[in-house]
Amino acid sequence: MNTSESSTSDPQSESSPVETPLSVYDLTVAYQRKPVIWDVSFEIPPGKLVGIIGPNGAGKSTLIKAIMGLIPKASGRVQIFGKPYQKNRHRVGYVPQRESVDWDFPVDALDVVTMGLYKEIGWCLPVRKKHRDRAMEALERVGIADYAHRQISQLSGGQQQRTFLARALVQNADLYLMDEPFAAVDAATEKAIVQILQEMKQAGKTALVIHHDLQTVPEYFDYVILLNMRVIDHGLTEDVFTPENLQKTYGGRLTLLEEATETMRRREQSL
Amino acid sequence: MRAFALVFLFASLWPNCFVLGAIDRSEIQTQQSITDRSISIPEWKDWKRVFFLEDYNTRIVILGTTLLGMSAGMIGSFALLRKRALMGDALSHATLPGIAIAFIIATSFGLNGKSLPILLAGAAVSGLLGIAAILLIRNLTRLKEDAALGIVLSVFFGAGIALLGIVQQMRTGHAAGLESFIYGKTASMVASDAWLIGSAGLTCMLISILLYKELTLLCFDEGFAISRGFPVVLLDMTLMGLVVVVTIIGLQAVGLILMISLLVIPPAAARFWTEKIVNMTVVAIILGALSGMIGSAMSAIFPNLPSGAMIVLVATAMFLFSMVFGIPRGILIRKLRRHQLNLKVNRQHLLRGLYEFLEARGLLNEKQTAESTFVPISTLLQMRSWSPAKLKKIVKRAQREHLVVALQEDQIRLTKAGLLEATRIVHEHRLWELYLITYADVAASKVDQDADAIEHVLEPEVIAELETLLVRQSTQGVLQSPHAIEIQQENANRSQPGSRRST
Amino acid sequence: MSGLEQWNWFLDGWIIVAGILCAISTALLGNFLVLRKMSMLGDAITHAILPGLAAAFMISDSRSSLPMFVGAVIAGILTALFTEWIRSFGKVDEGASMGVVFTSLFALGLVMIVQAADHVDLDPGCVLYGAIELTPLDTILITGWEIPRVVVVLSVVLLINLVFVIFFLKELKLSSFDPALASTTGFNATIIHYTLMTLVAITAVASFETVGNILVVAMFVVPPAAAYMLTDRLVSMIVLSAILATIAAVTGHLGAITVPRWFGYHSTSTAGMMAVAAGLLFGLAALFAPRHGIVIVFVRRQLLSWKILAEDIIALMYRIEERDPLQKPDAAYLRDILFSRPFPTTLTLRYLTKQGLIAEINGNYELTETGRDRARQLVRSHRLWEHYLVEHAGMSAENIHKQAEQLEHFTDRQLREKLNEDTIDTDQDPHGSPIPPEDEVR
Repeated sequence: MNTSESSTSDPQSESSPVETPLSVYDLTVAYQRKPVIWDVSFEIPPGKLVGIIGPNGAGKSTLIKAIMGLIPKASGRVQIFGKPYQKNRHRVGYVPQRESVDWDFPVDALDVVTMGLYKEIGWCLPVRKKHRDRAMEALERVGIADYAHRQISQLSGGQQQRTFLARALVQNADLYLMDEPFAAVDAATEKAIVQILQEMKQAGKTALVIHHDLQTVPEYFDYVILLNMRVIDHGLTEDVFTPENLQKTYGGRLTLLEEATETMRRREQSL
Repeated sequence: MRAFALVFLFASLWPNCFVLGAIDRSEIQTQQSITDRSISIPEWKDWKRVFFLEDYNTRIVILGTTLLGMSAGMIGSFALLRKRALMGDALSHATLPGIAIAFIIATSFGLNGKSLPILLAGAAVSGLLGIAAILLIRNLTRLKEDAALGIVLSVFFGAGIALLGIVQQMRTGHAAGLESFIYGKTASMVASDAWLIGSAGLTCMLISILLYKELTLLCFDEGFAISRGFPVVLLDMTLMGLVVVVTIIGLQAVGLILMISLLVIPPAAARFWTEKIVNMTVVAIILGALSGMIGSAMSAIFPNLPSGAMIVLVATAMFLFSMVFGIPRGILIRKLRRHQLNLKVNRQHLLRGLYEFLEARGLLNEKQTAESTFVPISTLLQMRSWSPAKLKKIVKRAQREHLVVALQEDQIRLTKAGLLEATRIVHEHRLWELYLITYADVAASKVDQDADAIEHVLEPEVIAELETLLVRQSTQGVLQSPHAIEIQQENANRSQPGSRRST
Repeated sequence: MSGLEQWNWFLDGWIIVAGILCAISTALLGNFLVLRKMSMLGDAITHAILPGLAAAFMISDSRSSLPMFVGAVIAGILTALFTEWIRSFGKVDEGASMGVVFTSLFALGLVMIVQAADHVDLDPGCVLYGAIELTPLDTILITGWEIPRVVVVLSVVLLINLVFVIFFLKELKLSSFDPALASTTGFNATIIHYTLMTLVAITAVASFETVGNILVVAMFVVPPAAAYMLTDRLVSMIVLSAILATIAAVTGHLGAITVPRWFGYHSTSTAGMMAVAAGLLFGLAALFAPRHGIVIVFVRRQLLSWKILAEDIIALMYRIEERDPLQKPDAAYLRDILFSRPFPTTLTLRYLTKQGLIAEINGNYELTETGRDRARQLVRSHRLWEHYLVEHAGMSAENIHKQAEQLEHFTDRQLREKLNEDTIDTDQDPHGSPIPPEDEVR
């Protein structure tokens, strides 16, 4: 509800410039009446590697899923390259968390990467050799072409992660959303992923990556979003990734905020 | 692949089409007398009659159940992969009220209540309502899917039973036998029934072939499918709709309660034979067809075995066989592999023990000495937690492989081949240890892999890097123990901060 | 013209008693099936005990209860065991393992029953869906009273289940919610699991003569599920499930003899109607349960949004008054600023007027004294929050306003005091507007 007390102008009221890969305004998501992310707003400049940082439970995964419409949002607006997500889906490559899938599924690495092309192939049409060739190229690019025909549960964690990455790469998207791609992978895979990210950046792509390891943030990302239910700050790494901001994101005396949230929830229930 | 599947489908149905075409519609064969329930040993002429398909009705029954098994196998594969195996159970129970209501409505309009299409239409409607109820309960309340299934299953079925109670009182005289929907009367299948099963089943299979990749993606990674813009809810409902259709065409054949088994057992059995979904589907189709065929054949030969039950038991037998003997996922083959792995590990430990013994005493400098020195077995016992009996077995096997030579059973030495192999093993083992020390925080996930085949576990870049490091450190082509290397590394790091990721 | 005229206390009374006993004994165990997400295991076991029963018939050559129970128990335990083996050794999905085991056992049972029926006068249909209507006819003599056999059996089973639940309540609770923790605290969650499965099998057998093999599942799952919608506490849930089960049993039988008459038929299956009654109870609970009911939640959310709107209106009017004491806004002006829709706005304005918080003069509104008090508290909360958010949560001044707007509606006096302590004591909010004092100085 807006009041006249402060200016709540919508920076997106004029249609945003088309090069902005992602702009989020006033995004709020609640899981069963508890707000998970609140009034999140930010814009990402093109061609940047963006890290989303925050403690566990801060809503980072929720943010990405809400951007793509995987979960419903209570309010807010998301635009991808100037249009609503539904219109520009094909320009977004999604790399979900590894746990989101049962790896005992009877497919091999090449099959998984080919799935990235299913939408492009079209309804009911079969997968052809040229599609598989493209999938193979993506596997080569992430360095596991030798494992193309291995069943996916027999891949190591790092290889599984690279498979997911290849699946996103094969779409030739312009914006990539990655959910904890560096979680529990070996050093070689981490290096390989970082290198691919660098190549993507040089090619003008943009990537939004949920990351958990604070030490590597300045090295990997040139733009960060600090998230703990709300956006604490966002901007270029050198400006924003500061000790005070980190303190506010990870520490901070936010207990009253939690208490008020609790009260809200209880009030709702007792009504 | 797709073309092949379609051709296969038509080819399998072709000779049966001849069968159907040539026949005129004769009435149903009655079941055996109800009171005679003994199993009599069938005579040769009975076997012949069934196996050569001489009997018209047997032909129909076998055809119908085979087609049913095929479609159930295919659709059931997707249901299994979607982890919705039991939804078929709930849905098949949920069809009962629809059947009863359809009968009631049809009869009150003066039609023959027992016409199959009407009843099946009723079954379909209440089946779909059941799906809707399941999804509503699961999505709108705190209850999880299992409770939703249980509720819909029992309440709908109860309503069906109550309605059947009323149907029994209707004056049409046709009411008796509606209950056969519950446990089927396969033996009284008519040509038109088989036709219905065939056409509906074939349609379902065609739909799932057309939507093959979409359904696969749905079952594997729903989130990714949504992100790509696939209408996941619609696809889900389509899959569930296919399950409903296959369920209701099977109602008459094997009965309500047993229909679910055709949807679950052949696909579960097929899973043991392959790691690729396409092959799994094909095997499931074949196993389903075989279950139908063999089951109903046996029921025809032994007249007192209810056919629905026989089909399920045949399917179960195939499942058990697959679970034990299936390659690559059966229990036996996995045990075999594990056993071979243990053998390999033990052999390597033996060789490495011998090598390190010699190394510690500086006996490796000359090949002569290395190969001729006898090592007392007792020292090896101290290195590992082997029992003497076990060590003896390991040594015997290594001897057979010409890696060691034993002298008087308590001393052994390496052969030339053994020394070569031991060198290789120690080198790779120390690479492994070095990796663990350097990257300990992520290596834990690797430890349970085959330590021998290090190149399959570590990425090539890492091995190259480690080898560079180690070659630098080694003095004789075989490595120092990495624990010494670690100390050197720490010294290096202290003078060069931030050079390597520390753990 | 209801069937109640033909009510026969001997027949119908015993039927209802049997139904109630059956319903309560199953519901007691069913609570834990639902909580452990094993609702379908109840279905699996009730199907799978068929071969046990058939074996009992064939071996003992009679329909007496004891061999049946033994057979059922063995079959029940085997079901749970086989399912677990297939799942862990075969690495098959849990639902599929269950499906394989119970359908094959059921098929085996059917084959055996068809053979056994030759030996014993047994109608397979009766096994499957019971014949509660026949219960009063088979009585035994106990201390001079003629009591139907099934009633005796069911009473015993009910007692056993009751004892089990009461004595092992803690363990059941723990192993239902946290099996890993349960195992580490020293008692064996596996034993509890298999005991539960055994009792489920026993109860299913005892019930099959009343409601039949298949409808037992309804009694296992539906009343506990309904109870789950109504409460968050385990003991309440168990008690409620027993009550609901009783209601379902009674109304089920009553419905079975009365409802068909409305359409010109005689009575129908009591078991079926019991399941339907349970289902209706569940439906009502799911929709209207005080806390979790779907309809209730929806209504609550609506009321909440209207309450927020009402508070927004008077807070807005306070701020307008602050700026210009002579301005008296009308409904359209308020709607404009608040972006609210006409219908809710009119509704809340009327509500506020009736509550005496605002007064209307010719279509324009102004705050009353009481209204001003309330508004002051709201605004104070809001501005305190803004301070807090700036100081502690590091939000920039532009962003805090939206945040505080949400929070102000849920801040009571206690929280306000805490906020006040926590922020620098100031009487100006970050935008420079004064923070109203807690109580008006008159």
